Amino acid sequence: MSIDEHSVLGHQLHGPTDPAADAHWQVHKSRKGFFTDTSICIGCKACEVACKEWNRNPRDGDLELTGWSYDNTQALGASTWRHVAFIEQDRERIEEARESGRQLVSLGMPTVGPPAKTPEAATDSAIAAGADTSAPDTPEFRWLMASDVCKHCTHAGCLDVCPTGALFRTEFSTVVVQPDVCNGCGTCVAGCPFGVIQRRSDGTVEPTTGRGEQKGQQPEVEKKGIAQKCTLCYDRLLDDETPACAKTCPTTSIKYGDHTDLVDIARDRVAQLHEQGLTEARLYGANELDGVGGTGAMFLLLDEPQVYGLPPDPRVPTADLPVMAKRAGMAVAGMVTAAAIAFLGAR
Amino acid sequence: MANADCIVLQGGNMAEAHPVGFQWVSEAKARGAKVIHVDPRFTRTSAVADKHIPIRVGSDVALLGALINYVISHDLWFKEYVVAYTNAATIVSDEFRDTEDLGGLFSGFDPTTGKYDPSSWSYADADGSGVGGTGDDEGHNKSGTASGEMAGSGGAPLEHSGVQRDETLQDPRTVFQILKRHYSRYTPEMVQEVCGISADDFTYLAKAITENSGRDRTTCWGYATGWTQHTLGAQFIRTAAILQLLLGNVGRPGGGIMALRGHASIQGSTDIPTLFNLLPGYLPMPTVGLHDTLPEYLDAIASKKQKGFWADADRYFISLMKAYFGDAAQADNNWAYDYLPRLSGPHGTYQTTVGMLAGDVEGYFVLGQNPAVGSANGRMQRLAMAKLKWLVVRDLSLIESATWWKDSPEIASGELRTEDIDTEVFFMPAATHVEKAGTFTQTQRMLQWRHQAIRPPGECQSDMDFFYQLGARIKELVADSTDEVDAPLQAVTWDYPLDEHGDPVPESVLQEINGYRTNEQGERELLSGYPELKADGSTSCGCWIYSGVFAGGQNMSARRVPRGGPNPAQNEWGWAWPADRRILYNRASADPDGKPWSERKKYIWWDEEQGKWVGDDVPDFPVDRAPHSRPDPDLGGPAALTGDDPFIMQADGKGWLYAPKGLVDGPLPVHYEAQESPVRNPLYVQQQNPARMIFAREDNLDAPSAGMPGVEVYPYVFTTYRLTEHHTAGGMSRWLPYLSELQPEMFCEVSPALAQERGLVNDGWATIVSPRAVIEAKVLVTDRMTPLTVAGKTVHQVGLPYHWGVGGTDAIVSGDAANDLIGVTLDPNTQIQESKVGSCDVIAGRRPRGAASLALLASYNERAGVTTETDNIRITDPEAELKDPAPKDDPNRDKEGWSQF
Repeated sequence: MSIDEHSVLGHQLHGPTDPAADAHWQVHKSRKGFFTDTSICIGCKACEVACKEWNRNPRDGDLELTGWSYDNTQALGASTWRHVAFIEQDRERIEEARESGRQLVSLGMPTVGPPAKTPEAATDSAIAAGADTSAPDTPEFRWLMASDVCKHCTHAGCLDVCPTGALFRTEFSTVVVQPDVCNGCGTCVAGCPFGVIQRRSDGTVEPTTGRGEQKGQQPEVEKKGIAQKCTLCYDRLLDDETPACAKTCPTTSIKYGDHTDLVDIARDRVAQLHEQGLTEARLYGANELDGVGGTGAMFLLLDEPQVYGLPPDPRVPTADLPVMAKRAGMAVAGMVTAAAIAFLGAR
Repeated sequence: MANADCIVLQGGNMAEAHPVGFQWVSEAKARGAKVIHVDPRFTRTSAVADKHIPIRVGSDVALLGALINYVISHDLWFKEYVVAYTNAATIVSDEFRDTEDLGGLFSGFDPTTGKYDPSSWSYADADGSGVGGTGDDEGHNKSGTASGEMAGSGGAPLEHSGVQRDETLQDPRTVFQILKRHYSRYTPEMVQEVCGISADDFTYLAKAITENSGRDRTTCWGYATGWTQHTLGAQFIRTAAILQLLLGNVGRPGGGIMALRGHASIQGSTDIPTLFNLLPGYLPMPTVGLHDTLPEYLDAIASKKQKGFWADADRYFISLMKAYFGDAAQADNNWAYDYLPRLSGPHGTYQTTVGMLAGDVEGYFVLGQNPAVGSANGRMQRLAMAKLKWLVVRDLSLIESATWWKDSPEIASGELRTEDIDTEVFFMPAATHVEKAGTFTQTQRMLQWRHQAIRPPGECQSDMDFFYQLGARIKELVADSTDEVDAPLQAVTWDYPLDEHGDPVPESVLQEINGYRTNEQGERELLSGYPELKADGSTSCGCWIYSGVFAGGQNMSARRVPRGGPNPAQNEWGWAWPADRRILYNRASADPDGKPWSERKKYIWWDEEQGKWVGDDVPDFPVDRAPHSRPDPDLGGPAALTGDDPFIMQADGKGWLYAPKGLVDGPLPVHYEAQESPVRNPLYVQQQNPARMIFAREDNLDAPSAGMPGVEVYPYVFTTYRLTEHHTAGGMSRWLPYLSELQPEMFCEVSPALAQERGLVNDGWATIVSPRAVIEAKVLVTDRMTPLTVAGKTVHQVGLPYHWGVGGTDAIVSGDAANDLIGVTLDPNTQIQESKVGSCDVIAGRRPRGAASLALLASYNERAGVTTETDNIRITDPEAELKDPAPKDDPNRDKEGWSQF
C-alpha cells in the first residue's frame, strides 16, 4: 500500500482542506467558526457564564482568588469551555508587541492582512485622509483581555488520536465529543496541541473551611471522567442558532459565522488596526499552512500568542504520521533486508 | 451614544458595570468616535478606551470647572445655541453673592441650620427684584431655607417667565458673566493641584471635547455612582450639564449626559418611585405645614404663569388621585388630597436607620436590597435592625439582612447576642425576573416588557402579587373600621383583574399607569398620552409621564422589531417616556430658525410647508409652534413657550447654566473636598460642602481631614465600586456558582508603591481600617492603581469592590463588606451617602477576630483624636467666609479666596 504524503486511508493529515468533506460527509454545511477580536473585548466573562449555563457545565473553580489580575478561571478545561485571560502590561512590553507585529508585516506573513498594505503605505494613506495616526492606546499601560476557546482545528489532534470514535467531525466542520461513546481513556488530552480538551474530574476540589460552609458543595456532577470540550454549541447549530458565547457577547468581540467570511473580516480588522498605528495586532489560527491546517476558531491578538497562553507554533501530532509511517516502513524494510542479507550471507 | 463623535466616561465604569449598554460605546468607537475614561482606577473601561486619565476621587468639579473655563476663555462655546437656548443672557438679582465674594459660600447661608436661603439667587425681575418661586411667601421662605426633599424633579418653579435678558451677554449680572467669573480660577494648574491630572492630559481632554462639539459633531458624557455618591453629587452632574450646554450637546443625537443606572429598572424606581419624597412622575410629596391644602401644594409645584408643561401639574396630580382613589376622589373633597401622607422632614434611608436606633421605627420592609451589606456604615445598619419589632425581608436567598441576628460581625464581636434580640424576622421568598411579567425602565427612559417564562417555584411570589395580597388583606382588616385613619385604606382602589392563579394581571397595572377616561356609558377608554389628561376628574392616570405606553390598547413596551426598525431613532423597540421620545429636548437639534444644525446631525426640524416639526423622533415641542413664534408670556404653560424655548419642562424654557432655584447647595457647582480628605481645598477657604447633611454620632465618626491633627492615622483614600461578575450587595450573584467562581473573594486593589510602603503582597491579605470599621481583603497589587501627586504630595488610593458580606445562609462565597468602612454624610439634594471617598489605613495581614477587632478600631480612633466634631464643622473659617461681601468694584475681589489661604 502506498502512503500518500498528506493522508492516511483517504484522510488528510495536514495542509489546507475542507474538513467536513475530508471526513466523508456527502452533504455538509459550510464550515462554521469563531473570530474572537480581542481588541474590543471588555472582559465581562459573559461568554464563560453563557457557555456554562447552556451546556450545563458545573462550577470548577476552587473559590479562591488566584491573584492573576481578574482571571480566576486560569485555563480552559473539561468544564470551562470559554476562558477570558487578563494580562497587564507596561510600556516596554507594549512597544515590544508593536515591534514584533510590525516585523510580521514586513516578513509578509500571510497571517496579517493583505500584503499590499505595508505599514508605510497604510500610514501614508491615513495621513492623506487627514486622520489621527498616533497610536491611540494608553502608552504607559494596557490591560489585555481575550476569550479563549477550543480551536476546532482543520486537523484536530484530539479527533485523530481518539481510539473509540467518541470524537467526530460534524457537518459544520467542528469537532465534538460524544459523551456516551467516550470511555475516558485520555489519549485526546495528549493529542491536543493547545491543551484544550480535558477529562472532567468531580468538578470541584476539597471544600475550603473557615470561610463559608457551603464552599465547594454543588450537585452531583454529570459525565465524570469523560473528555469534554467546546462543541461550538452543536445542538444550537443544528437549530440554526448562534453559539451561546457569541450570542451573549455584548461588544461583538466574539463573532460566529461561516469560516471563509470570518477570515475576511479578521484580515480587514487587522489592516484597519495597522492603519491606526496598532501594529501589534495580528491573527492567530487564520493561516491554513500552519501546523494544524488553520483553526475554525480564530483570534485577533495584540501581542505574541504565548502572552495569552497560546502555543506560538501549534502542530497536530498526527501531522508527522505519514513521515513516521514512511520511516517506520523504511526501518522495517531495512530490517527485513538486513535479515535477508544476514540469512543469505550466512549461507 | 452610538451617534457620538467623542464619549467621555467619568464617574462610572461602563464596560464593567453596564456591559450590555457598552455595546453602543463599542459601536461609536467602531464608527470612529474617541473614547476617554476619566477614573481613579484603570478599569475594563479604560482598557478599551482611547485614553485613560487618572483622577483623584471626588475632584471632578475641579476638572469639569476647568473645562468650562477653557471653553469660555478659548471662545469655543457654541454661541448661537447658548444665546438662544440657555439662560446665559438672563440677568440675576443684584442681591446674589458668589463664592468668589465669600470665600467659598454663596449668599444666604445660615450657619445655625446649615441651610441656604436661595432667595438671593433668583433672576432679576423687570423691576429689579427677584423672580421668586411660586408659593414662596407661604412656602420655602417661611422657614427661610429650602430642603432637598421638598422639590419634585421637574425643574424648580418660577412665579412667571418674565425675566430680563441681555443677549449681548455683556451685562456683568448676566448668567454668562457670572459663570465666567465663577470658573476663572479653575485653571489647568489648579486641575494638576486638585485632581492630580497633568497639563498634557488636561489639554488632550479639552481638545477632544471641543473639537468634537459644534454644528457637525457631538460629544456625550456617561456617568454613574462615581458622580452621585458624594456630599456634592448633584453638583458634579450640574457641572457636566453646564459644560454640555455651553458646547451645544444637549437635545442632539450623540450628545447629552447619560445617567447610567445601576440595575434593571432603577430608572423605573424613580419614575414610579420608591423614594420617600416623590409621587409618580416626579410630583413632589406634600410637606406638612407648607402644603396643607391642595392649592398650596399645586402652587408649589408650578405656577400657571410659568412656561412649559409643569404648569399643567394639576392635571397630572388630579389624574393620579383618581387612579389611587377612584370615585372617592371628587372635587368636593379636593380629590382626596387629605388621604395622602405628609412629609415632616427628610425620611431617607439613613434618617430611618437613625430612627430605628432611637426606637422610633418599629417595622421595616427590606425588598430588593440588602442593607446589612449594601448600605453605608453597615454596623450602624445592623445594630439598627436589632432595635426593630419586626422585619420583613423579601429576597431570592437568605441574605445577610435576613440572618444578621445570628451571624453578623456584631455577633462575632459580642456587641449583639442572639438571645437578646427582640426583632421578629419574616423571610418571604421572592420570584426572579424570569418568573414574573412586567416592565423594566432602563437608562434611556425606555420601558421594555418582559414576559413570564415560568411560574415561580414553591411559595415564591413577585412583588406585585405580594403587595396585592397584602393590600387585599389590609383592606379586609379595616373594612368595617370607623377610625378616620383607615379612610384612605378603605378608599384606595384595589380592583385588578385576577388570572387563573389569583394573581393580578400585570398588563392591567400598566393600563392603570397609562391612564384612561371614563366615557358617558361608564366604559374605560385608554388614553393615548398625557396631553389628554384633565384636571376635572374625568381622567385617571397612575403616572403621567408613562401615559401613552398602552395607547390604542397596544402594549407599546412589548414592541420588539429587530434593531428598533429602520428609523435612526430605533423607535419600534419598547417605548420611551414621555410620548415615546428617544431624545429629550430634541427641539435643540435644530437651529433657532428650525433648520438642522448640520446635515450630519439632522434629527428634528421645522417643515414650513406642513407647518410642523418633523424628523426622526417624536418632536419634544408643541408640534405646530413655529420657530419664530413669540406668544404672549402671560398665557403661561405650554402655550407661552416661544419657538426657541427647547427646554419645555423648565419654567423659562431655557437650559439652566445657572440654577436660580431647585438645588439646596448653590446655583453653581463649586469644588469642595469630601467629608474626609487628606487634601486642603486649594480653591476656597471652605473645605467641605457647607450644606451637606451631617450625622455627628459616636457610631459614625470621621477621619481627620488635611490640616487637622491625626490626619496621618488614616493616610490613604479608598473608593468603592462594582465588578462585572457580581451584583451590588451580592444577593443575586454570591449564591450563584457560575458568578461566584469568577470573583470568589473580597479583595483590595493597591499600587506597587503602596504595596511596598505597607508590605503588602499580591494574593496575600490586608486589613483596612476606617473610623467606622476594620475589614480584611485579599490583595491585588497592580499598575492599574496610580499614586497621584496632589498639592505637592503623593496620594495613594485603595480600590474596594463592595459585593461581599459576612453571614447569609448558603452563600457560595462570602467576605468582609467594604460598605462597613463608609461613613454616613449625605448630599443635601438627594440624600445619597458619600461612598466613593473615604480615608483609611491599610496594614498587611488578616484582621483580628471578634472583640479584638473593635479594640483595634478604638485604638486607631484614639490615636487620631477623632470626636463627633471631627469634619462636622460647617464653616471652615467663619472669619473669612461670613463677613459682608466686598463691593463689586473692589479690584481684590477675585482674590478674596486666595488671600485667606
